Amino acid sequence: MSDRASYWKANLRLVALCLVIWFTVSYVFGIILVEPLNNIRLGGYKLGFWFAQQGSMYVFVLLIFFYAWRMGKLDRKFNVHED
Amino acid sequence: MDLKTMTFLVVGATFALYIGIAIWARAHTTSDFYVAGKGIHPVANGMATAADWMSAASFISMAGLIAFFGYGGSVFLMGWTGGYVLLAMLLAPYLRKFGKFTVPEFIGERYYSRTARVVAVICLIVASVTYVIGQMKGIGVAFGRFLEVKYEIGLLIGMGIVFIYAVMGGMKGITYTQIAQYCVLIFAYTIPAIFISLNLTGHALPQIGLGSTMADGSGTYLLDKLDQVVTDLGFHEYTTKERLSKVNMFAYTLSLMIGTAGLPHVIIRFFTVPKVADARKSAGWALVFITILYTTAPAVAAMARLNLMETIQPSATGENLVYAERPTWFKNWEKTGLLKFEDKNGDGKIQYVKGDANEMVKVDRDIMVLANPEIAKLPNWIIALVAAGGLAAALSTAAGLLLAIASSISHDLMKGIFVPNISEKGELLASRIAMGGAIGLAGYLGYNPPDFAAGTVALAFGLAASSIFPALMMGIFSKRINKHAAVWGMLTGLSITLLYVFQHKGIMFIKETAFLGDMKANWFLGIEPNAFGAVGAVVNFVVAFVISRVTPPPPEHIQHLVEDIRVPGGASSASGAGH
Repeated sequence: MSDRASYWKANLRLVALCLVIWFTVSYVFGIILVEPLNNIRLGGYKLGFWFAQQGSMYVFVLLIFFYAWRMGKLDRKFNVHED
Repeated sequence: MDLKTMTFLVVGATFALYIGIAIWARAHTTSDFYVAGKGIHPVANGMATAADWMSAASFISMAGLIAFFGYGGSVFLMGWTGGYVLLAMLLAPYLRKFGKFTVPEFIGERYYSRTARVVAVICLIVASVTYVIGQMKGIGVAFGRFLEVKYEIGLLIGMGIVFIYAVMGGMKGITYTQIAQYCVLIFAYTIPAIFISLNLTGHALPQIGLGSTMADGSGTYLLDKLDQVVTDLGFHEYTTKERLSKVNMFAYTLSLMIGTAGLPHVIIRFFTVPKVADARKSAGWALVFITILYTTAPAVAAMARLNLMETIQPSATGENLVYAERPTWFKNWEKTGLLKFEDKNGDGKIQYVKGDANEMVKVDRDIMVLANPEIAKLPNWIIALVAAGGLAAALSTAAGLLLAIASSISHDLMKGIFVPNISEKGELLASRIAMGGAIGLAGYLGYNPPDFAAGTVALAFGLAASSIFPALMMGIFSKRINKHAAVWGMLTGLSITLLYVFQHKGIMFIKETAFLGDMKANWFLGIEPNAFGAVGAVVNFVVAFVISRVTPPPPEHIQHLVEDIRVPGGASSASGAGH
């Protein structure tokens, strides 16, 4: 397989991983499983409510920087970075 | 100094700043005008994107929506932030690598079809124009309420300011003013929130305050107290109140996420950074700056709701507020008609409960942010700052949308299709004229809002979600999707979304033409029309997939183009994808 193709494969794997986390913190924790999670408390927050109105957004931010960092490494590894 | 003078000073100072920036950042080339010369630092672009994205709706209305919908309001929080994850991983870096000026330009080249480009231009213009009307209204209303200037005059001043910096500076001028506008709006939003959080919980950070105990020494958590207060009065518990159903909340969040990622005025911001790697980082920074406001909003919402309830029906004494003794802010907002009381049982006191006995006949959601500083008794300069913040939010979003509209007219329609031989100087002039025209049109629509103005922002997300996002994503992630697949996918996704919305709300939002017949409202899985963009997107993907299997694959040079945009650097593809 050419370098470009394996670079793309690696990118797709990373995107898939990130999107699984993206889906879990918002749709699963914030919507689908919100009631059972609400039985757990985080200070005054019910946990499901916290994910829906606070936690999911913090995770989104971290996810993008994680993705950018890992892609930066992949760019170098496959020698496809700019300049 | 009285509040009005103070507001004039603060708003005047911010406007002078925007004009100063415009003079400093003039555009000299089409590249300056469309993509700020591709020289914007990723952090600066992140800040500009945040201002571009956060509109009058985010600044003024969102906390109010959450205050009354409680947990159900989460769809806006997750939906309008989660889209950036999709943008960072599925669209922005590849479109930056493509390296052109507009979104329809990518669609036209990737699908080697003028039809596709024109369909994309139509989707873009409809989505952006409907969106810009709301900003224009916001500008007029903010002037009217804070400066007691007539709505039309306020609108004209706003148009004049945008005209100066958008026509002169294009994307370059807009970018630097948006950075200034972000600073104004985030300051205006968080300062009152910090004071209110300190008052209620003793914590300066509203995000922490919302999860803490009340500062009254009772040891009760703020959210528990709020749940208690609202359920006592017959309302649904704040922290668990769902929006219609789980399926609906799921679809609504998904529609807003992919709609956000598909909105052209946001996407083009990522064309302004120097490198592909910068586009990824820049999306992260944009979300950092957005999240500062979006995680503060739920605290503002819950605290404002609690303050409002406790002022009217204090739970400690059980004595309702006597109407004659109502506070000044109550009187001020009554004058605007956004707050209305009706003494139904004639006892001179205010009953704020669920059901027929409710005497607070109108509590406009927008009050939650706008009256917040007054309710918390903050000094005048902070109230003046909130006015400037609301205007900054509306102006920055309007400018971004207007640029997307102007560039699709001058670059996609004129240069791309009707006058391909136009010189660079001619195109620059054309883009300035298109910008002026777009401002005039937006102003006219803001002055004479068509009946459908109220429902339109939701429509913009539905359109972007069901047409633009799938076409872009498939264009990058599949080499097999050809022009027939893309065009038919966009058209069916768009039509099905429009049909569902019009079926409920009337054709072009004219109520009498709704054609629901004997079908129940939200008949499809209980999904409301505003949440239907996600379904439209699924239809788009499926149609495109099926058509691509029964038609020939795209020509070889297009497959090379796709391979080329998937990697950041390296040799440019041999496809000669240039102009």
